[in-house]
Amino acid sequence: MNFYLTYVLVATALFAFTALFTLFALYSERKISAFMQDRLGPMEVGKYGSLQAFADIIKMLQKEFIIPSSADKILFTLAPIVIFVSVYLGFAALPWAPGLSPSSLNLGLFYIFAILSMETIGILMAGWGSNNKYALLGAMRSVAQMVSYEIPAGIALISAVMISQTFNMQEVSIKQGILSDESILFLGVWEVSSIGGLLAWNIFQAPHLIIAYIIYFIASLAECNRAPFDIPEAESELVAGFHVEYSGLRFAFVFLAEYSMMFLVGMIGVILFLGGWNTFLPNIGSVKLSTWTTGMGWGIFWVLIKTLLVVAVQIWIRWTLPRLRVDQLMSFCWKVLTPLAFLCMLISGIWRLTMM
Amino acid sequence: MNGKLFNVFKTVRRGLELTLGHFFAATESRQVRSISDSNYFDQKSGTTTIQYPHQKLPLPEVGRYQLDVEMDDCIVCDLCAKICPVDCIEIESIKATEAIGKTSDGTTKRLYAAKFDIDMAKCMYCGLCTVVCPTECIIMTDTYDRSTLTLNEMVYKFSDMTAADAEEKRIALEKQNAERLAAKQAALQPDRTKE
Repeated sequence: MNFYLTYVLVATALFAFTALFTLFALYSERKISAFMQDRLGPMEVGKYGSLQAFADIIKMLQKEFIIPSSADKILFTLAPIVIFVSVYLGFAALPWAPGLSPSSLNLGLFYIFAILSMETIGILMAGWGSNNKYALLGAMRSVAQMVSYEIPAGIALISAVMISQTFNMQEVSIKQGILSDESILFLGVWEVSSIGGLLAWNIFQAPHLIIAYIIYFIASLAECNRAPFDIPEAESELVAGFHVEYSGLRFAFVFLAEYSMMFLVGMIGVILFLGGWNTFLPNIGSVKLSTWTTGMGWGIFWVLIKTLLVVAVQIWIRWTLPRLRVDQLMSFCWKVLTPLAFLCMLISGIWRLTMM
Repeated sequence: MNGKLFNVFKTVRRGLELTLGHFFAATESRQVRSISDSNYFDQKSGTTTIQYPHQKLPLPEVGRYQLDVEMDDCIVCDLCAKICPVDCIEIESIKATEAIGKTSDGTTKRLYAAKFDIDMAKCMYCGLCTVVCPTECIIMTDTYDRSTLTLNEMVYKFSDMTAADAEEKRIALEKQNAERLAAKQAALQPDRTKE
C-alpha cells in the first residue's frame, strides 16, 4: 500500500514544481523583456513587483468560466486538461539526480516524445471546440508546426541516443559523468571516465552533437509555440490563437502547460546533450572537483541551473527575433533542419562504429 | 544560398547582442531631471521609465496646464467666457452699487462675480482666455494631474461669494435701480407741471 502514497507524493511534488516554476518564469519573463526594452516591468506588487505573478494567478482563480454559446462544450472543457496533462506526464521520466527519478523507464525518451505529441491533440480540441475562426486558425497552424518540427527534434535526439545507446534518461545521464562504468572518450580520443565534468558531456564526447543540440533547441522553440515560431498565437493577427476564448482557471492551465513545456523541452535537451545532472567541473589531479560536486543535492542543483539557463536563452530569443512567416517556417524545418538532423544521425552512426 | 545563410547568422547574432546589451545596461535607471537641466540628454543607457505617481518630472513654473483664476484681480468682464471655443467658462455678474475696489494693476472693479465656473472636463487647454484677460487674472498653472471621483468635481468654482451674499447684492442693486428710477421720474414730474 505504501507505494501508492509515494506515487501521490511524487505526483503532487511534480505538480507543485510546475506551478511554482510557471509563476517564477512568468515574473522573470516580464522582467527580462522589460529590461531588454529599457523598461522596469512590474514594480508595484511586492518588492520590485516580486508578487506580481501571485497577484495575477489569484485574479485568474476568481474569474468566471465562460463557455461561448456556440462552442462544443465537451471539447472546450477537456482541451486545457489534455494540454496540461500531456506536458505534466512528460515530467514523470526525467531524472533529477543520481538515483532520483520519478519513474526510471527503459523507454523514457520515447515515452516523453509520445506523450508530448498528445498536446497537439489538446490544442486542436481547443481550437475546434471554441468555434472561433482565430482559434481554429491558430490551432491548425500550431498542429502543422508541431508535427513538422517533431521530426528534426526527434532525429536530433536520436543522434544523441545513438551515442548513449539507451532510451533510459537516467542511464543517459550516468553515461556523461564520473559515475559511468563504461569508458568515456573526449572527442573520441581522450579517455575522461575518471575526469568527468564538462569533458564528459555528450556534446563533447561527439562534437557533431553540438549541431544536433542547436537543431533540437530551434525545434523545441517551435514545439513550445514560442517566438520566433509563435505564429499559432500571433498576437498581431490571431489575437491569442487557440486559447483566445479561454478565461479564468482554464486559461491558467493552458498557460501552465506552455511554461511547463518550456522547462520540459529545456530539460530533455540538458539531459541528452549537456550532461544532465552532472557537474561541469572536472577532476584535476588530486583536486577532485567533479567528485565533490556529484550527489543527490548537487544533481538537483546542476540540472535546475542548466535548465533555467536554457529557459533564459529561450526568453532572450523570444524578445529579440521577429516572427517567421508560415512558408519560411515550413521551408526552414523541411529544407534546413531535417536534412541537417539526418546528417547528424548518420555521423552518430559512423562515430559509434569507428570512434567508440 | 550560402551568403543568405551567413546573413541569417550575422543578423541573429547582432540582434541577440543588442538585446543582451540593453539587458545588462538595465542596472542603471533614468535620473529624474528637468528639461532645463544641461545634462538632460546625457544619459544614453539604462531603463527610462519614470514611476509616475512616485516620481514626477520637474516642470517649469510657467507650465501651461490647468487654469486658475485670481478672483481679487478679476473685473468680471466676461471676455474669457466669450472667447472660449468650447464654452467651458460660465460667469454670472452682478453690478455693484458703487466701485468695490481696485485690482493689483489699478483697474477699478464694478462687478461682483456671483458665479465663475470652469469645467475642466470641457477645457481644451488652448489658453485663449489667458490672452484676452485685461487684468491677467486667469492663468495656466503647472498642475496637470488633479483627478476626481465624479464628473461634477471637474467643474472648478472660483467665485468666493455665497448665495446669500449674491442675493443681498442683487437686492441692493434692485433697490438702487428703483431709487434712481424714482428720482428720474421725480425729476421729470415738475417739468411736466411747468408746461
